[in-house]
Amino acid sequence: MSGNRSYPGDVSGPFPTPPHEFVDEADRTIVVRVAEDDREALVGMYEDFDPEDRAQGIPPVDEGSIRRWLDRVFEDDCLNVIAWHGEDAVGHAMLVPDDEDAYELAIFVLGTHQSAGIGTELLQTLLGHGKDNGIKRVWLTVERWNEPAIGLYEKVGFEIRNTESFELEMAIRIAEC
Amino acid sequence: MKVLLGVGGSEHSQRALEETIERIQETDDDLTVAIFDSEEVEATATDIEAEIRSTLEAAEVDAEIRQLTGHPGGELVQVADQEGFDRLVIGGGTRSPLGKIQLGSVAEFVVLNAETPVTLIR
Repeated sequence: MSGNRSYPGDVSGPFPTPPHEFVDEADRTIVVRVAEDDREALVGMYEDFDPEDRAQGIPPVDEGSIRRWLDRVFEDDCLNVIAWHGEDAVGHAMLVPDDEDAYELAIFVLGTHQSAGIGTELLQTLLGHGKDNGIKRVWLTVERWNEPAIGLYEKVGFEIRNTESFELEMAIRIAEC
Repeated sequence: MKVLLGVGGSEHSQRALEETIERIQETDDDLTVAIFDSEEVEATATDIEAEIRSTLEAAEVDAEIRQLTGHPGGELVQVADQEGFDRLVIGGGTRSPLGKIQLGSVAEFVVLNAETPVTLIR
């Protein structure tokens, strides 16, 4: 990733912080919590994941690769939140540091629980959790044809930064420098 | 089959070279390696060429090696399309901090513009 990424001048928010409970648009009670030792629930969620919901090679397909990828995004300097519907993990969002004092974000919601507002709440709660942990600048990449995702990110405060490559790059500021 | 392998000297182009060599050892295809300037790599084209020669020799694979100047993607596409190559092979695809695959600019240009079938090794 390039070192010349720019971020919006305005600070977005405020955002909810975990644990954050809400009722989704399908009347399901969902709770977003900081991920603890929930790796097994996530492996199960990602094994059920629809291939069309993958983005740029993640989540990986087979169990071993899923576990290796989760090891990476659960390293000590990363932040993870999970959306729970009862005992089931139905969404996962993460912040992983780059080497420029900013964080890359990704979010996944299980197909059965999409289009019900869970992504918005999950994303906002992750950003609230990030701000609590001193994070100021966050970026992500999204496939340019993925209009629902781009709309979601814009609603929360992300702005499009780079349109030159295959993927769109978007960035948000969640705290003053 | 005539295979053109584009190499910029990065880690993923090293992998593309190794995988292409393995394939050539099975198929006996006719290999040309084209070295291009990559912004991300500090090694000079001469250093890269020496490294490629030793890798090829160790694997006992014969190949023509040439240096490309100018726009790497454009040159690769031109050589592949105009000189009758059957396949253009390139490495490409770095990982973002959280593991998303990102295509490099040369890989992206080649995939979009070559008429020769492209194999992307990542």
